[in-house]
Amino acid sequence: MIELSDICRTFTVGGQEVRAMDHVSLTIGAGEYLSIMGPSGSGKSTLLNIIGLLDTPNSGTYLLDGRDVTSLADEQLAATRSRKIGFIFQFFHLIPRLSAAQNIELPLMLAGVPLRQRRQRSAVLIDSFGLGNRRHHRPDELSGGQRQRVAIARAVINQPAVLLADEPTGNLDRSSGAEIIDLLEGLNRAGQTLVIVTHDPEIGERARRRVRVVDGRLASDSGG
Amino acid sequence: MGTRDQLQFIVSSIRAKRLQSFLTGLGIAVGIAAVILLTSMGEGLQRFVVAEFTQFGSNLIAVNPGKVTTMGTTLGILGSERLLTLDDCEALRHLPQAEAVVPMVQGNVEVKAEGRTRRITLYGVGAEMDRAFRMQVGSGRFLPPDDPRLARPFVVLGDKVAHELFPNDNPLGRRMQIGNQPARVLGVMEHKGQVLGFDMDDTVYIPAVRALDLFDREGLMEIDVLYRDGHEASEVVAAIKRILVNRHGQEDFTITTQQQMLDVLGSVLSMLTVAVGALGGISLLVGSVGIFTIMTIAVRERTAEIGLLRAVGASRQQILLLFLLEGTVLAGLGGTAGLAVGFSLASLIHALVPLLPVHTPWSFVIFAELLSMLIGIIAGIIPARQAARLDPVEALRSE
Ligand SMILES: Nc1ncnc2c1ncn2[C@@H]1O[C@H](COP(=O)(O)OP(=O)(O)OP(=O)(O)O)[C@@H](O)[C@H]1O
Ligand SMILES: [Mg+2]
Repeated sequence: MIELSDICRTFTVGGQEVRAMDHVSLTIGAGEYLSIMGPSGSGKSTLLNIIGLLDTPNSGTYLLDGRDVTSLADEQLAATRSRKIGFIFQFFHLIPRLSAAQNIELPLMLAGVPLRQRRQRSAVLIDSFGLGNRRHHRPDELSGGQRQRVAIARAVINQPAVLLADEPTGNLDRSSGAEIIDLLEGLNRAGQTLVIVTHDPEIGERARRRVRVVDGRLASDSGG
Repeated sequence: MGTRDQLQFIVSSIRAKRLQSFLTGLGIAVGIAAVILLTSMGEGLQRFVVAEFTQFGSNLIAVNPGKVTTMGTTLGILGSERLLTLDDCEALRHLPQAEAVVPMVQGNVEVKAEGRTRRITLYGVGAEMDRAFRMQVGSGRFLPPDDPRLARPFVVLGDKVAHELFPNDNPLGRRMQIGNQPARVLGVMEHKGQVLGFDMDDTVYIPAVRALDLFDREGLMEIDVLYRDGHEASEVVAAIKRILVNRHGQEDFTITTQQQMLDVLGSVLSMLTVAVGALGGISLLVGSVGIFTIMTIAVRERTAEIGLLRAVGASRQQILLLFLLEGTVLAGLGGTAGLAVGFSLASLIHALVPLLPVHTPWSFVIFAELLSMLIGIIAGIIPARQAARLDPVEALRSE
């Protein structure tokens, strides 16, 4: 489903080239549960952003569902992100002035889905994520774990092909972190392709497939 | 993204920074209020003034003593200036173009009748005044065409004076006291109302020579010449000038045509218009700078949000539109507030000065609202493009 081949990504910092992705090839199939680990600055987030079409590689090709998405125009990139990608971040990135429900519905709103349909779809997620009595609360009225659950609901509301989580527990205490991982694994069991970037070996080890990135290269890959 | 959703999203962000938004909208509001006031009053005021003046007839020429030179000083300081006299008035009467020639002396005086006393405005005039100024006598008749130097002590009352001095009976033929002079009431004018703020009904008219005597004056304040239709104002002016220069030996008087009076008033009005217009323009400029500033700050403060929107499927185009619309809505709200304030001020002025017609054409209202939104678009373009150009990855890391 996701086929990266020979992906390179360089940043120029102060006249110096930093190679954040160095000839990376990686294939991820539908329904997989994959963790990406590695030292800080090794390129984990860069890899995730390239998969999520937020960042474009300098060279290499990326096939998403058989379609070459390496050099799409902004408009098509946005549309593809909207339909196929769900992002979860360490810092939640909820919009503070919108309610939990409105935050969850944001991708649908941007895609022009009518309000009634949005309400229906968010209501299902709100209930199954245990946010029933929080739907009208704003992010600053929610706990960290609740915020991340809202963010996950937002990521999956458009039924994306792949769910990309960049250190989803990095900003949570142990128990809410564990709850979030449970939630994500539950989604994966239901068929959701899941990629988690994490520093926490305990979390990383739980994934069926584990990829290690060092200095912009794949140092090890437990499967695939 | 639907228009309603866009608007809702924008309104939520405008509400999140109420004070800033209010202050920014204020600049636009003041500007638009000025524009609306200007257009509502400007048209009405112009019409009002022209109507007020031309109700006296447009064939009037006024002659005043003293010559205002271009230096702004009068020749009078040399001591050679001569007064405008009743004899001058008589001489002008021989002009073939003149239909009526009216001497004029004006002042305040105490009048008494049947034990009642009032202070009113008195005009010392000639027998042709009613014709020259298109005024109607209500009952009795106007001053008779006596020899101007020996005019009999008659008085014609304004409508209001007549009612107040003789509330119960017919004033015609009654005796009264004007200053230290006795006089007999010959007529009462028709109700006239206010003209340019003067109550025309709170006046009395007596022969000019009596008024000169009353105020202990040598010369007239003005001579008004009504010329016949079919003559050019310039031709009549030249003729008046010839006669008076002949009599005085120099041009020590000033001739003003009705057109010149209108022109002067017109230029005062346009100055006012320019002043209010400048105020409005400056406010709109300040408002647009405000929109630019608030939107630039918004893009900086909401960088992470922009990154997030991109991550969940917004294109650069959508981001551009959202921020452009936010500036436009902000300016539009300011414009609407300005319209409301402008309208209220115009109505208030109309309530205080009922005679002044206040008229706001719908086209101007729409124009003002479009103008404010255009300002919002123009001022919002640069910040909106900054927002659209942000790299989503960097934007997401900015928190
Ligand atoms: N926008 C950027 N400009 C310049 N350099 C960048 C940029 N983004 C990433 N890099 C560099 O690319 C390399 C990989 O960064 P990346 O964020 O992918 O690392 P990471 O593995 O996610 O690290 P961490 O675990 O600390 O999040 C680093 O050396 C980083 O400095
Ligand atoms: Mg990272």
